[in-house]
Amino acid sequence: MSTPDLHSRPCLAVGCRLNEKGQQSRVLHMPEKALRLNGPSLEIIERCDGKRTVQEIISDLQKMYSKAEPQKVADDILGYLARLHDQRALDFISDQADRSTSAT
Amino acid sequence: MTPAAPTPLALIAELTHRCPLHCVYCSNPIELGHRADELSTEVWSRVFREAAEAGVLQVDFTGGEPLARPDIVDLVRAARATGLYVSLITSGLPLDEARLDELVQAGLDHIQLSFQGAAEESANEISGTKAHAHKLKVLDWLKRRRVALTLNFVIHRSNIDQIGEMLALGESSCAGRIEFANVQYYGWAFANRENLLPTREQLDRSVELLKRAQERLRGKIQVEFVVPDYYAKYPKACMGGWGQKLMLITPNGDALPCHAARIIPGLHFDNLKDRSLREIWEKSEAFEKFRGEEWMPEPCKSCDRRTRDFGGCRCQAFLLTGDATATDPVCSLAPQRSKVDAILDAANGPVAESLVKPDWIYRPNPA
Repeated sequence: MSTPDLHSRPCLAVGCRLNEKGQQSRVLHMPEKALRLNGPSLEIIERCDGKRTVQEIISDLQKMYSKAEPQKVADDILGYLARLHDQRALDFISDQADRSTSAT
Repeated sequence: MTPAAPTPLALIAELTHRCPLHCVYCSNPIELGHRADELSTEVWSRVFREAAEAGVLQVDFTGGEPLARPDIVDLVRAARATGLYVSLITSGLPLDEARLDELVQAGLDHIQLSFQGAAEESANEISGTKAHAHKLKVLDWLKRRRVALTLNFVIHRSNIDQIGEMLALGESSCAGRIEFANVQYYGWAFANRENLLPTREQLDRSVELLKRAQERLRGKIQVEFVVPDYYAKYPKACMGGWGQKLMLITPNGDALPCHAARIIPGLHFDNLKDRSLREIWEKSEAFEKFRGEEWMPEPCKSCDRRTRDFGGCRCQAFLLTGDATATDPVCSLAPQRSKVDAILDAANGPVAESLVKPDWIYRPNPA
């Protein structure tokens, strides 16, 4: 499991989608399985739109869950995104220019 | 007193038993359904609405070959309109590019394309049809379309040593998942089991190879495998428990708790033409029969694993012992485990080595 690049923009992989709003419970559909989403996991997945960066998603959630330790929120999100990537639910869109400037 | 029914999660829709392939391990029953008895587009569409209302999340279109239904695009559209996640489990044989485009436009989420092997000649022998070359064409078309893809290789004695080549085929495709599913021994596969069951040595080698592939392809392709449960220490949690998660609907509309349930004597199956999906799920005799733990014999009844494997598979218990309420004999704790051991001894013995030209029993195409 590798840590996602903060400047990449996560989006749902092909064959993965959120169920419709208004259903009894929200789930992330994936080939051959579905993941039930509660508060924070739903907030994260709804932001995986290929536009927001990982850093922006972390900042949003840190504001929403301002009582939680910010580093813990960041670590939890990075771990969650990496797990979903391993399950082939997420792709990370990397901007070539971004990557060359942020390379260490 | 049986416990209240949980929420059903998935529907397996056997749209037809017609199929251009004749695979020797087909999971369809020996008694195949006929075209004249198949449910109409309208009844299927109602069933999808009822399923979504009952909490079902996904529907798997299977068969036979689901593409043998001329209304397949309408069925995909109807299921997707209810919010269900729609998977198509197909041989790919009846596909052309125009049909594929129609299916994707109708909202198909996921295709599971079956392969009988990585080498043309042996794959065609297993399916009794020249199908392999066309499947390779389908793989190529899928690269240019936005739909999720799983490759499914059905594994047995005569192709288990080709796993390296199968992985290479999967890696050259756009698949996000590759399944290596060892044959499960029911129906046609049970009839052909002597020629299909791999040796322990073959199985160990394949598991080693697949574990390395899982590691190497992490984040790129999900590699999943199911071992033949005859070799396992404990039984599989068949269907996630009887009447716990899944409903299978046969081409004529009978609602079954699993693919093979029809072999169990004395079980009556309700039909979706007569009763609603929710009513059948909650109240029908067939779904109630082995739901929960009431029916369990010892050693299951007092076993710590009963909430994990639910006593194993009822159909396998019946096939091997003649008693559907027996502990699944693949379990190392089962009183009748010796029945499975005898089958394994035969598969691993010197006689098996001489099975060079298997005498296959092919499944026919029903009228």
